[in-house]
Amino acid sequence: MHKLLIDEPGAERLLLGNEAIARGALEAGVAFATTYPGTPSSEISLNLFQVSQQSDLYFEYSTNEKVALEVAAGAANAGLRTMCMMKHVGLNVAADPLMTLAYVGVRGGMVILSADDPNMFSSQNEQDNRYYAKMSGLPMLEPSSVQEALEMTAYAFELSEQLHEPVILRTTTRINHSSAFVHLGPLRKPVAKGRFNKDPFNYVTVPAVSRRLHVKLLENMAKAAEISENSAYNTVTGNGRLGIVCNGVSFNYVRDAVNELGIAERANILRVGMSNPLPTDKIKQYLNGCEKVLVVEEGEPFMEEAVKAFAQEAGLTLKIQGKGEGLFSRLYEFDPAMVRRIVAGYFGVADIPKEKLDLSDVPEIPARPPNLCAGCSHRATFYAVKKAAEGLDAIYPNDIGCYTLGFLPPLSMGDFVICMGSSVSSACGFSKATDQKVVAFIGDSTFFHSGLTGLVNAVHNNHNFTLVILDNGTTAMTGHQPHPGVDMDALNMAGYHRISIEAVVRAVGVSHVTIVKPFKIKKSIEAIREALAFKGVSVIISQEICTLYARSLGSLKPRAFQVSDRCTNHRDCINELACPAFYLEGERVRIDADACVGCAVCAQICPENAIVPVKSA
Amino acid sequence: METLRLIIVAVGGQGNLLASKVLGEAALLAAIPVRMSEIHGMAQRGGVVESAIVFGEAQSNIISDGEADILLGFEPAETLRALNKCNRETAVITNLSPVPPFTVAIGKGTYPDLARIQDLIRAKTRQLIAFDAVALAKAAGSVMALNIVLLGALLQTGRLPITAEQLETAIRTKTKKAFVDTNLKAFRLGYEAAERAARSA
Repeated sequence: MHKLLIDEPGAERLLLGNEAIARGALEAGVAFATTYPGTPSSEISLNLFQVSQQSDLYFEYSTNEKVALEVAAGAANAGLRTMCMMKHVGLNVAADPLMTLAYVGVRGGMVILSADDPNMFSSQNEQDNRYYAKMSGLPMLEPSSVQEALEMTAYAFELSEQLHEPVILRTTTRINHSSAFVHLGPLRKPVAKGRFNKDPFNYVTVPAVSRRLHVKLLENMAKAAEISENSAYNTVTGNGRLGIVCNGVSFNYVRDAVNELGIAERANILRVGMSNPLPTDKIKQYLNGCEKVLVVEEGEPFMEEAVKAFAQEAGLTLKIQGKGEGLFSRLYEFDPAMVRRIVAGYFGVADIPKEKLDLSDVPEIPARPPNLCAGCSHRATFYAVKKAAEGLDAIYPNDIGCYTLGFLPPLSMGDFVICMGSSVSSACGFSKATDQKVVAFIGDSTFFHSGLTGLVNAVHNNHNFTLVILDNGTTAMTGHQPHPGVDMDALNMAGYHRISIEAVVRAVGVSHVTIVKPFKIKKSIEAIREALAFKGVSVIISQEICTLYARSLGSLKPRAFQVSDRCTNHRDCINELACPAFYLEGERVRIDADACVGCAVCAQICPENAIVPVKSA
Repeated sequence: METLRLIIVAVGGQGNLLASKVLGEAALLAAIPVRMSEIHGMAQRGGVVESAIVFGEAQSNIISDGEADILLGFEPAETLRALNKCNRETAVITNLSPVPPFTVAIGKGTYPDLARIQDLIRAKTRQLIAFDAVALAKAAGSVMALNIVLLGALLQTGRLPITAEQLETAIRTKTKKAFVDTNLKAFRLGYEAAERAARSA
């Protein structure tokens, strides 16, 4: 049985934050869960996916976050307890349904998990999604520990049903990817089937209805504000006059700081766990007892600006600061010593920093930049496109996935990336605005996520570029989740339909469509050359399974290659492909037989044909 | 107990996350609070994996520069790179068997000299325990046991609030059954290697 399905109330288990969130949902009897995978949220959905195969939980990997939220909105309004999880930028994609779902509300409890990524460990930006709660008018909870992640998730379902509104649970990477011992509660059996009761004058958001629903939303927010005033998650610790307002992981750094600085007796810490709506009266009362206040929050001055406004309303003139010169930054993530130093400085006590080491005599240590895997099909495709486009003044919009790494030398196949799907649509713009040749790259999962609409746009508006769809048969970057183009039968999972990328591309009217096998380099280059010469939208579908995925499925049959004595040290292999299976032994190029999977791309480009299979003994 | 802050650095695939998990389970057996956080980066793609493990009453689960009490490095250049986490009182344990970064492997970078790495760490910190943990893992039966060899060495320092029995129990319950004997042997080999290193220091 899945470890999160073992009903052992009171047991203490070492859980990853994301496992604790999944467990919290199961303890609340979640019946319906949807997602599009994205770090740092991915393990929540992975666990629920596994659980769904052994329980009544319905789970799906939806095509994108907007779809996931709309699917969940249907289920929640049929009365089911529903969870929809995504990374922070995913909520941008889902923002359209989010704003109006807040008007309509939900019948069954609905929790929307937004996993923010301060410091951008694995994201394209570090936007602060607390503003989505404010903009939509939805209640928001923010855990400070793994234990709280479990408890708040379970509570969020209750809160949602109390208010008939979705609740946003906002985490950061240091909650999602931290582990601690967690006390488990009892599991609750999900109610797996609901019924939708028609009520078009509350569900169909034509203007006349929405005008009324907005009033209802404001009433719900007023109720939520009362709950926030008395929430056990908005807590004041200490009786001192030195005020510190904080949230999330910053609460931990603040507690350590006041203890280590010896000012715990003088401090008065307000930890905000329910951060929308903020507990206005509680904060005013709290400010009244403080002589000055420091707001400690990663990201934007979300609480700081509100707290200053509350002080103004209460006629208080105490000093309140957070972001600014010598104080906290809007950039990146916080750490305990940073918080301690700024707390010490703000309240005029001596910091006790550990003396850092003088590292000026440490030699330069070569970096370990991420690299496409040995035998990665993307490397082969990038190489083939590069060769096919030789002599052309070409630009390469790229997209979000493992293949974003193609922008690094020596491949250097990535000139513009902003968000999921942007390769296709930005290619439309580049091709109209310039006389440069445009070749865009997008992965298979990303194509279904948000590449399709761009392609329809391109065909309809008669743009001129080549789209290369890198079809490696899985969502590789986030851990090999399925997508609509995946053959689920091969995974022994029944009840799915597979969508053919080729059929979709042809159906929207692309006339020049070619499928290539990227490990056949010469043929691929020829096919790509033809596509580049085509005037209009041409599509190359480059099909080869992700080598890591093939390994995990047990279908990879590695056949290592080696460099023979014919090698005359051109080093085209290393200099143009940079496959991590290569290394130098003295001045000779060698191939690590354990790393090589036998894609044979290097063998095909070697001018001396010096790279040959290792002879089986 | 006093808070104890441990940083583990490794290259993807060296088994650092399992090592953290075993330590966490042993801490539960010892009834010591523990909080951990991990940055996987692009681990499967040859990147660095860093874990922070905080034992004791502190609430934070990450470790600031200069604040690690112990640094455990699975790869010598990565150990050197993580010296920014250390102070003069930090104990450092490192495997000496390198995993050259790709740039070095293809002759476009220079791997720091192993003797120099050890001299630098020894001069700057309280203690260095350095040995070839890959060789010991192989001697125990599998190169995959590298992580458990290093846990043996870590425990030998006497700095952890955990006993050898507790850690061995965690190895028995939290590592794959087929590897338990290999792992227990790896644990003892690592422990003994650290004893020898401490004596000769």
